[in-house]
Amino acid sequence: MTLPDWLYPGWLDDFLWTYQNVIHSLGINGLLALSMYVVLAVGQLSLGQAAFMGLGAYSSALLTLKLKLPFLLVLPASCITPMLFAFAIGGPTLRLSGVYLAIATIGLGEVLRAVYLNVDYFGGALGLSGIPDSAETWMIYGLLFAAIAVLWLIARSGVGRAMEAMREDETAAQMMGVNVGRYRMGALLASAMLAGFAGALSAHVSSFIGPNEYGFEPAVTILSYALLGGIGTPLAPVLGAWILTLLPELLRDVTDMRSILNGLIIVLAVLFLPNGLLAWRMRRIAAPARPR
Amino acid sequence: MLAQQLTNGILLGATYALFALGFTLMFGVLRVINLTYGFYFSAGAFIALFATRAAGMPIWAALPLAAIGAGVIAMLIDRLLLSRLNRARNPELASLMVTLGGVLALYSAATAILGSDIRRLPPELIGAEALLIGGVRITMAQILILIATIVLVSGLILLLRGTRLGLAIRAMAERPDAAGLMGIDTRRLASLVSFLSGALAGAAGVLIGLNFNAIQPYMGEEMMLRGFVVVIVGGLGDVRGAVIAGLLLGVIEVATAGYLASGLKDAVGFCLLVAVLWTRPSGLFGRSAVRRA
Repeated sequence: MTLPDWLYPGWLDDFLWTYQNVIHSLGINGLLALSMYVVLAVGQLSLGQAAFMGLGAYSSALLTLKLKLPFLLVLPASCITPMLFAFAIGGPTLRLSGVYLAIATIGLGEVLRAVYLNVDYFGGALGLSGIPDSAETWMIYGLLFAAIAVLWLIARSGVGRAMEAMREDETAAQMMGVNVGRYRMGALLASAMLAGFAGALSAHVSSFIGPNEYGFEPAVTILSYALLGGIGTPLAPVLGAWILTLLPELLRDVTDMRSILNGLIIVLAVLFLPNGLLAWRMRRIAAPARPR
Repeated sequence: MLAQQLTNGILLGATYALFALGFTLMFGVLRVINLTYGFYFSAGAFIALFATRAAGMPIWAALPLAAIGAGVIAMLIDRLLLSRLNRARNPELASLMVTLGGVLALYSAATAILGSDIRRLPPELIGAEALLIGGVRITMAQILILIATIVLVSGLILLLRGTRLGLAIRAMAERPDAAGLMGIDTRRLASLVSFLSGALAGAAGVLIGLNFNAIQPYMGEEMMLRGFVVVIVGGLGDVRGAVIAGLLLGVIEVATAGYLASGLKDAVGFCLLVAVLWTRPSGLFGRSAVRRA
């Protein structure tokens, strides 16, 4: 992309080149944090974010490598498979208590890992390589900021209020006429879509994807983004993701301990910080009568 | 050929049932999905590994030691993570999240300390010879698993159905608050149930480690997929359902590997899980409607 000099000075090029990987993963992890946020915002827990991301990554890579489609077609197509899986799992589980969705989605991650590993079409343990790096930085951040903006508008609207009501007290929300099932399914599909985008983008910046990148550990890491930030606003989980992505970059010693740290963050956040580190609340268009 | 496949399936299913037993007990009584359960399985296998390798214990001493050790770990984790959650707003999801974070920290710490290499129990621990019964081959490890599963399942059912302690546990599963009013110390009972489930997981870890002979920290996480399938197909909290579903899963997996493709073996259980959720969400043998908050 070419921009005039005053908007795009030369030093920015060097900066972007040096920190390219970090910049890409900040944007992609931000999208993943949002995909977690959408589900948590309706009071559900899906642990399939990494699995949905993997489905997006694998389907986009196969579309690029086998069908040679251009990336601008591949990117929107890459969210179809994760959404189909989300529908197949969400259909029965969203009617039940939240435990079932969590169990089924965590199982999805494990089973997909086994399928990628054992089926030759997906490259087995070697994964798929030689994916062109056709995802540009502006695409990642464009999607990220578009997603933040849309989710922000939704959170401020009546839909956002219904979502918050479901989270606080499901029965009361149902009594007030909130169609709980439809909101939950919508949230899960949106979450799968965002994770699918993130997967397609990550596959097309790293040129290689493997079966172990979408397993148990990344699934928990994505949850830790959202819980560190909190789910008061759509921005909070993104900031949580950025903190947890930058931390190992700044403190090299932390890298080995990263998984332990992510796990402990979840434990501490649930036990002591139920609203997250950034516990802002959304301001409504029509302000509530009195803050509690 | 068919008889051999069926036997293999049932024996594999016995390991799944054994593994899922404690998991479903924990959910049935404490009403929490404890995702650290897989870690107790790994812990049991490692305790047996050190007991036999370093201390030279025989298997009949290492097995109870591993079960007790894993049970104590389970009790400690329950105290540390779950007993604080009782007042939280949404205990089901909070317990899922807190145990998920906890188990990642535990697995990563175990990998950092023990390494991720695959370790093996000493081969002389149990004879490598196999029995041939009517053309069907069964190894000693498989026989041990079968006996242990039968003993542990019938022991658990006897405990739950035939003793005053079991009555208290069932009362707590039914109505924890009412059980408390009847003079049952629910906190101590919760610890005891955690200990029992942890011990079952630990025993399963030793026996399955013995059968497949591959021990590494994440082995419990790989087993959890089977655990989920078994407890949901059998009905959450249903001990008998878990046994039947475990055997069923074992047979289906072996049949898939034998007659379809071995690559699909891991996926078939999950398809069963989704199919059961669509059609019979309270499990294949479920009686009541799903509990709602």
